[in-house]
Amino acid sequence: MLHNKSFAKKTRAGKVTKQLREHYLRDDIYCGAPFCTVCNTSGARLSATASTVLVLDTNVVLNQIDLLENPAIEDVVVLSIVLEEVKNKNLAVYNRVRAICSNPKRNFFVFSNEYHRETFVKEMTGETKNDRNDRAIRVAAQWYQNHLGGAVKVLLITNDKGNKRKASEEGIFAETVESYVKSLDRPDLLDLLVRPASEDVDMEEVEDLRPSKRKVIYSEHKPMSEITSGLHRGIYHQGKLRVNRYNPFEAYVGSESIGDEVRVYGRSNMNRAFDGDIVAVEVLPRDQWHEEKSLSIVREEDEDEDEDVHLAPNSADDAPRTAPQQGSSGEVNVVSSRPSGCIVGIIKRNWHSYCGSLEPMPMPAGSGGIAHALFVSKDRRIPKIRIQTRQLENLLDKRIIVAVDSWDRQSRYPSGHYVQTIGEIGDRDTESELVLIENDINSRPFSSQVLACLPPLPWSVSPEDLSNPIRQDLRHLRVFSVDPPGCKDIDDALHCYALPNGNYEVGVHIADVTNFVHPGTPLDDEATERGTSVYLVERRIDMLPKPLTEDICSLRSDVERLAFSVIWEMTPEADIISSRYTKSVIKSSAALSYIEAQARMDDSRLMDPVTTDLRNMNSLAKKMRSRRIERGALTLASAEVKFQIDTETHDPLDIGMYQIREANQMVEEFMLAANVSVAEQILKNFPLCSLLRRHPTPTREMLEPLLCTAAAVGVHLDVSSSKALADSLDHAVGDDPYFNKLIRILATRCMTQAVYFCSGDLSPPEYHHYGLASPLYTHFTSPIRRYADVIVHRLLAASLGISKLPSVFHDRLQLTSIADNLNYRHRNAQMAGRASVELHTLIYFRKRPTDTDARIVKIRSNGFFVFVPKYGIEGPVYLTTKAEQGSGEWYVDEQQQKIKKMDGSLSYSILQTVKIHMEVVEPQPNRPKLQLTLI
Amino acid sequence: MEFVSPEGLRLDGRRPMEMRQIRAEIGAVSKADGSAVFEMGNTKVIAAVYGPRELQNRSQQISSQALVRCEYSMANFSTGDRMRKSKGDRRSTEISLVIRQTMEACILTHLMPRSQIDIYVQVLQADGGTRSACINAATLALADAGIPMCDLVTSCSAGYLNTTPLLDLNYVEDSAGGPDVTLGILPKLDKVTLLQMDSKLPIDILENVMQLAIEGCKAIAKYIREVLLENTKQLEYRRGV
Repeated sequence: MLHNKSFAKKTRAGKVTKQLREHYLRDDIYCGAPFCTVCNTSGARLSATASTVLVLDTNVVLNQIDLLENPAIEDVVVLSIVLEEVKNKNLAVYNRVRAICSNPKRNFFVFSNEYHRETFVKEMTGETKNDRNDRAIRVAAQWYQNHLGGAVKVLLITNDKGNKRKASEEGIFAETVESYVKSLDRPDLLDLLVRPASEDVDMEEVEDLRPSKRKVIYSEHKPMSEITSGLHRGIYHQGKLRVNRYNPFEAYVGSESIGDEVRVYGRSNMNRAFDGDIVAVEVLPRDQWHEEKSLSIVREEDEDEDEDVHLAPNSADDAPRTAPQQGSSGEVNVVSSRPSGCIVGIIKRNWHSYCGSLEPMPMPAGSGGIAHALFVSKDRRIPKIRIQTRQLENLLDKRIIVAVDSWDRQSRYPSGHYVQTIGEIGDRDTESELVLIENDINSRPFSSQVLACLPPLPWSVSPEDLSNPIRQDLRHLRVFSVDPPGCKDIDDALHCYALPNGNYEVGVHIADVTNFVHPGTPLDDEATERGTSVYLVERRIDMLPKPLTEDICSLRSDVERLAFSVIWEMTPEADIISSRYTKSVIKSSAALSYIEAQARMDDSRLMDPVTTDLRNMNSLAKKMRSRRIERGALTLASAEVKFQIDTETHDPLDIGMYQIREANQMVEEFMLAANVSVAEQILKNFPLCSLLRRHPTPTREMLEPLLCTAAAVGVHLDVSSSKALADSLDHAVGDDPYFNKLIRILATRCMTQAVYFCSGDLSPPEYHHYGLASPLYTHFTSPIRRYADVIVHRLLAASLGISKLPSVFHDRLQLTSIADNLNYRHRNAQMAGRASVELHTLIYFRKRPTDTDARIVKIRSNGFFVFVPKYGIEGPVYLTTKAEQGSGEWYVDEQQQKIKKMDGSLSYSILQTVKIHMEVVEPQPNRPKLQLTLI
Repeated sequence: MEFVSPEGLRLDGRRPMEMRQIRAEIGAVSKADGSAVFEMGNTKVIAAVYGPRELQNRSQQISSQALVRCEYSMANFSTGDRMRKSKGDRRSTEISLVIRQTMEACILTHLMPRSQIDIYVQVLQADGGTRSACINAATLALADAGIPMCDLVTSCSAGYLNTTPLLDLNYVEDSAGGPDVTLGILPKLDKVTLLQMDSKLPIDILENVMQLAIEGCKAIAKYIREVLLENTKQLEYRRGV
């Protein structure tokens, strides 16, 4: 082992300091080729028959990661210097390369050239860091060639002309990515290539030849130094750009330095920024602020038109602003109170890959099979992306994924490259897949390592489990479960016995998932990553492998199962006298559906034990519920719909609102109680590392839209506390039965989502769960489908002294990151669920144009948003056609929340019932949408 | 931050179980009764021992054993621009105490009643693990001074980062804020005389990390023994025996 000291100068907080680091050079770093005679081949990753070994340059890894992920690229040596450079430049790409390197199916080998005695190079005087690294790459390539001998060709892949030239001079084979991929003779790989930015290439080659098009469209981004100094002086403001979901030409930058949102209108002001980018924005002078004209809905077709059309008047905003603006539109030039701005620079790009399809176009003749096409993302916030492809005819009717590479000033659209084909447009499976990809949901089958963690099947309760002192034998209890019909992953069961003293013993039994999922196993890692099961309309993406979900853990009837039980003694008034937690063995006597349970309770002739238990529980649950509501728990509503799916074609046959029965509420009540009990128990034992769930109290601004609407229909809502809100929601009874539910739905939308958090991160008053009016809450009752519950199970077991606390809990940062991931996965699972419903709604109405009743929920200047209670759909209804836009025929009364015709002949007010016609139209090819029109 | 790459190399190219290069030299301060320089990688420490000698302050006299005093300091240039520590701050007082107690445990103080032994250690260059280096240097210096000891105390640190136990943390790894165990043992007697830890560690992992630190201490002990042997041979040669 050689010992070497490398000296480095480093600036920290502006100061230049000298840093001294040891750097050990080693002899025991091997080449990774299994056929090597000199090296230890135990860690070899390259294939035994490799004839060419590729050594990648940094720029190749940075830019061509999509290509590298393709399995056609193999026998690659990734140098540690390359990894280091990539890590410093782009962490996302670094993680992807690391993933490839650790994949045993790919032959990617990481060679630590920086620590190898023969490949370490010392920086020469006058040499830049970049040049030194390039030299290190060449030295490593040279070493490989010498080391492996003539049998193998070592090829340096670089797109850096200088590096390639020097390599050739030194006698190393070097090629550019393009020429290498061409030599592979795989046209589909060529599409994966990222084109070099067009500054480097002849313009005509990339863009179409019309000279008129070659003008500068966007203003230049300011250099980083100028942005930094601008931010310091307060001229520019930094923030994340958020593009309006309904109008891609309008965006906001939430900036802390202003304390307000800066609006950015139009593509030229947005200056090539994408949704989610961190940007620097300059506030325009006051007279250029866009007046806050009444808000309108932008039509999808508008996007294709010239930009000026969109600039001023069409701004659809999610939340209506309060500035009252009456009278006719247009003439009154009121200057907006909100600053407008334009983007001067992009601090951090949020580019990733996008799903969508190609804009239909005729097949071009000639040009060597290379076609330029425009890609239209499914997400409307993303502009069209220009791509080059050699397989246009294959892609035209497909859903594809495209990644963005660059966006230069001369082109209206960013340019990108093709990544992957998902499937045919309109195909239900493809569209479902799209939903999953868009929401970053891993639907791949479980890997063999994960499956290896499962207990052998068929599984049954073993004598060891029964004799285990920590596990109580509760098989004699009459336990049953109540779930939605057809539920296979039953994770909760109940029992209820009358005690001799007049009290009740109530037990909630939860599947003992942690008995099978041990911390630190691949199974646990996979579940941590997935976070939750995802329920789509036609399928379920499990968090845990199917044998666990549907068999081993599922508390099915008449089989012995392991459970984690919470057992209370309750008075007939539903006061909890004592609670007890134990691991147990149970044998469910019945797996009921909500409908069955409800029918049993309602049928007064039935007197069998299970039915009596059900009735007892129901009466307890009702008392618990009323007490909870008294405390101020909100009864919120959402428009959940249920599809009836054809078993053969998997097409939706019917949709309707999800019906909530008393039985649902009964089960829910006991689950809530169990969760609260467990939350108290774990927090008492682990005040700093418990995983809890909180629901922040909504601020007044968040409730503003609700109050506005309520005031317009003459309902007064008191939002001072959750109790007051709950009461006033109860009193908000309109003239029809659905009115109250509608108000509740609107209230639900104003609230933020409940989130998981680590108890050490916040102070106890912040643990509060607003919606449930509970000071503490967590998730314990669904460990099969939620990872949070698995964590809570472990905490509870540790608090009872059953098992040790896994090491994750000692590391608060890690626990916080797990909680963040869970929140992210939950949100995505919800979004995916909704998108799946939307997709099926579309499929359903494709064949069945329908007339139905709808309620107006939001008023805009050229129309309004309606909600269709029967199907749980929301969508825009336009009052004006596109041609007469801005003609001022309609005006909006903000206070009354009404839209009136100028001559006063017609008016629509909020929450009013209107008759509408629903039909699927396809205004742009491949973007079918549900159109709602007034009848 | 990634302190151990997936290839199993640390930031400075060592593997998790490897120590930095160590070097020891006896007799760096000729005026002292015993002295030594000890290096662990870029950490460099000098130790000088005076005594056993007459007590400077009679009131401190202990009639049954010798008084061991220790003074630890860091040279102003030892950390470069990193920080400037004045003498007598909390940290150096604490380290002085630690070294004194560790050394006292192996010196046969009862053989030298009513006398005092002074140990001065100074860090010339700091790059993590100064505490261990000081103890090792002090051991060598005591041995050089010919003070009777029951064993040679050696010390080594170990940490736990990226779920990997790491031996002999350098400054970068040390300042990561992870657990940092400093261990001092009597290698021949197999006894622990010093165990300190920053941060928290589950007990079973602590055992692994401690085991690693013990291995490290033993390796250092072997090296120190060699150095002493070599030194003794030279003394022998100079005397012409």
